[in-house]
Amino acid sequence: MAKQRSIEVLVGAFMAAALVALFFLAMKVSNLGTSPAADGYRVTARFANAGSLKVRAPVSMAGVRVGRVEAIRFDKKTYEAVVTMRIENGVDTIPEDTFANIFTAGLLGEQYVGLEPGGSEDFVRDGDELTQTQSALILEQMIGQFLFSKAEEGGK
Amino acid sequence: MAFKALRRGARAVANAVLDPVAELGRSGLKALAGLGRAHLLLLHILAGSAEVLWRPRLLLAQVFNVGVLSVLIVAVSGLFVGMVLALQGFYVLSQFGAEESLGVMVAASLVRELGPVVTALLVAGRAGSALTAEIGLMKATEQLAGLEMMAVDPVRRILTPRFYGGLIAMPLLVALFSAVGVLGGYFVGVGLLGVDDGAFWSQMQSKVDFREDVVNGVIKGLVFGVVVTWIALFQGHDSTPTSAGVSRATTRAVVHAALAVLALDFVLTALMFGN
Repeated sequence: MAKQRSIEVLVGAFMAAALVALFFLAMKVSNLGTSPAADGYRVTARFANAGSLKVRAPVSMAGVRVGRVEAIRFDKKTYEAVVTMRIENGVDTIPEDTFANIFTAGLLGEQYVGLEPGGSEDFVRDGDELTQTQSALILEQMIGQFLFSKAEEGGK
Repeated sequence: MAFKALRRGARAVANAVLDPVAELGRSGLKALAGLGRAHLLLLHILAGSAEVLWRPRLLLAQVFNVGVLSVLIVAVSGLFVGMVLALQGFYVLSQFGAEESLGVMVAASLVRELGPVVTALLVAGRAGSALTAEIGLMKATEQLAGLEMMAVDPVRRILTPRFYGGLIAMPLLVALFSAVGVLGGYFVGVGLLGVDDGAFWSQMQSKVDFREDVVNGVIKGLVFGVVVTWIALFQGHDSTPTSAGVSRATTRAVVHAALAVLALDFVLTALMFGN
């Protein structure tokens, strides 16, 4: 009987330890602790070029993350990239004329959406679209433009 | 006369060609029959599922055998795997000036791949071989036949609790392995190599997704648990009831389980992270 009891206790301890490990993985290792999943409102923006923006990339304002990119799809009529962002519910004072940029974190870092607030008194709501956007900077294009302008200067 | 000799010669030539083909066919049929017996045994094991609920103590003892007794080897292995990952990852990442991503690298590779796979291999060696030897020896000493004499179904009474024990223990061991591994990576990365503490965790949290990475890893563990215990039980139940037979079955159980886990891991990874 004592043996049975000790087996029960050890199995219980084992299961508790494993659940603690799972909790640790959920809260400390993965993003479950940081972002309440599927919470917030949706805002879309159209970009001429989404660069290498990925789903789940951060959406930040003044360098603080206020949401995540939820979906990126191609609009076959206008040939634009439609980026759907999910903004946290607490951030409900984004002006309608907010400027959406695709920035790169560092030279080789991943791309994210940066929002620069406009001056409008009206705030965006669920399902609204940000009309003022700037596409991702493509490094190759910039280098090409730089070389081109340098060549022009040299020609004069 | 000449005609008869010719016919005999033709038959000899045909046999020489057909014998290897027949040998191949025989071994193929044998493998197929084994696969069929394994599936019938699985059905038989699953048929006893309800009885496990009636006798939770049998199940508890098997969770103890597979799970609790494997905790030490799984935790120690996880710690060292995490520490080695941090050392190696740091070496590569520092060449790109991306040491801060060490946490992501350690956590993602542990949670997605190494956790489930290494745990399954360890359990196959630690608990699977014990299961096979136990069942094989029970068969060799006619204990299974004895149970049958008492009108107790040995598969339902002996094999089913062991199957569910492995099924329950494996995902829990996987979670334990991954968590301990991340801690090991943390000790080496932050403590020894001087990666920034905050960046280690925050980069990890921003890149590792709970549903995509952690849950998929645990699901892998569940699948591997089914496969490892199933193979171990089948090899034990199907073994030749002699000491040599049990020893062969034990070897086969570990080898087959390891191969099945590695091959299945490829399929699962392609399904889960393929797109």
